[in-house]
Amino acid sequence: MKLTLDEVDYVALLARLALNDDEKIKYMHQLEDILKYMDILSEAPTEDVEPMAGPIELYTPLRDDVVMPSLALEDSLANAPARAGEYFKVPKIIE
Amino acid sequence: MTELYEMTAWQLAEALEKGHTSSVDITRSVIKRIEAVEELIHAYVTAAPERALEMAKEADMKRARGASNKLLGIPIAIKDNMCMKGHRTSCGSRILSNFVPPYDATVVSAMKEAGMVILGSCNMDEFAMGSSTETSFWGPTRNPWDRDRTPGGSSGGSAAAVSAGEAVVSVGSDTGGSIRLPASFCGVCGMKPTYGAVSRYGLVAYASSLDQIGPFGKDVRDLALLLNVLCRHDPKDSTSVPRQHPDFTTVLDAPVAGMKIGLPREFFSKLDHPDVERVMKEAQRVFHGLGIRFVELSLPYLDYGIAAYYIIAPCEASSNLARYDGVKYGHRAADFSNMIDMYRYTRAEGFGAEVKRRIMLGTYALSSGYYDAYYLKAAKVRTLITQDFKAAFKKCDAILCPVAPTPPFKLGEKIDDPIQMYLTDVFTIPVNMAGLPGLSLPGGLSADGLPIGIQLIAPHFEEARLIQLGAAYQRETDHHLARPSI
Repeated sequence: MKLTLDEVDYVALLARLALNDDEKIKYMHQLEDILKYMDILSEAPTEDVEPMAGPIELYTPLRDDVVMPSLALEDSLANAPARAGEYFKVPKIIE
Repeated sequence: MTELYEMTAWQLAEALEKGHTSSVDITRSVIKRIEAVEELIHAYVTAAPERALEMAKEADMKRARGASNKLLGIPIAIKDNMCMKGHRTSCGSRILSNFVPPYDATVVSAMKEAGMVILGSCNMDEFAMGSSTETSFWGPTRNPWDRDRTPGGSSGGSAAAVSAGEAVVSVGSDTGGSIRLPASFCGVCGMKPTYGAVSRYGLVAYASSLDQIGPFGKDVRDLALLLNVLCRHDPKDSTSVPRQHPDFTTVLDAPVAGMKIGLPREFFSKLDHPDVERVMKEAQRVFHGLGIRFVELSLPYLDYGIAAYYIIAPCEASSNLARYDGVKYGHRAADFSNMIDMYRYTRAEGFGAEVKRRIMLGTYALSSGYYDAYYLKAAKVRTLITQDFKAAFKKCDAILCPVAPTPPFKLGEKIDDPIQMYLTDVFTIPVNMAGLPGLSLPGGLSADGLPIGIQLIAPHFEEARLIQLGAAYQRETDHHLARPSI
């Protein structure tokens, strides 16, 4: 599997990671090596095999609709990198 | 004279019951030990000795008022990815280096309920991504047996703390071997319980279909005590399985004669380290002496385990770690001109090299056009591996195999070679893929005097069987009594 720098750029944008040029080249080569190792998977006979998302049978656990205590406002905001009063503060999104 | 910090939880619990010591004395002994050796080992990210002493005083008062549960007043260390209210929980990462959780993880609540003394949080690979504790933002933990070597990872701090006497017991989390590998490398016991046995509420997520919390201790008896606290249904974790867990201490002295242990051909044919081979042979002799019968097994799809794991885990990680955006908590970059750049720079500054590598890998594998070739294929291979184990457990009660292909390796030896690092987990990963319980026990020392572990694997929710086998093994051997000279 050969990767291009453009592909690395595209994946980094999807992942919201700013990479410098050295990192891009490093990850390009390392991802190529890792994906080459993954080629072994193509040998596995998986026709008619169901994929498995998790190791236990999942169900939707239900519980009674009871009011429970939630986090206090100050506790919720205590770790905010930036806040304005009772809100998390972020850069302007809509012009 | 044996110092209090050297004793097992079980021994300390008996001394406490008889009134021979107090939780404050035990906690002081452990804190003194931390002060003496922490600089050499770096097992902790955030130790909190003052709060621990407060908790110890409280435990002693509870006991004076008649409380008597077994772990009351016993000091424990948690892993730095388990939320504890008011205690900085960084997950070994810069991006959470200022994060102080407003709530307790369910396992932390359970420890507090049991009256345990929480010493602090232990070092780990960043976001539990690594097999050596070297990817921690806070620098590596050193192996107490040889400080030039790794303690294993990702729960390296939790294992090293118990090994060096900096905690009586501890907990870690295991996604692909992160409890069992460091237990093997540090010469202590560690168990990854069945997926769904222990609540993950308040555990910082890495790969949610694989992550599981479990105990470390000096012997199997201590693991049984801790499992009694950890294993319980939690409505706050929708993957927590509602079931009644047994009292794990009731099987500690049960006989094992007549049980059948499977030896998977594919695991044993991979062995090429003479010391690991010798330790595995000796373990077989011990179990034979206990009246165990052996059956040879084949698990043909194990060879695909690492490849499938390093698709599935990074895919889940790339999704789980999308939450680190610099908005509600954690690090935020200082300079940016728009929202997207805030995310990009925040994450570039906050994550280390291995985390970025796995996010990139997972994002690539899940991106348009590649889903079928990678994630879907790996999820199907996961089914094959699980079926392998199901077939195997029709023929045996448990499986015996190594924990790691080698004794502890040197710090720096594999850090620049991701695939070599990933291969360290060849014997542990399949257990997570199938969600099985796995136990890592000290099996002896290498020619250089380094610990080597053995692994026992059981069917879903048969933790008690592992405890029973492990306790029987430790009645016949003294490998678990060996301590590093530090």
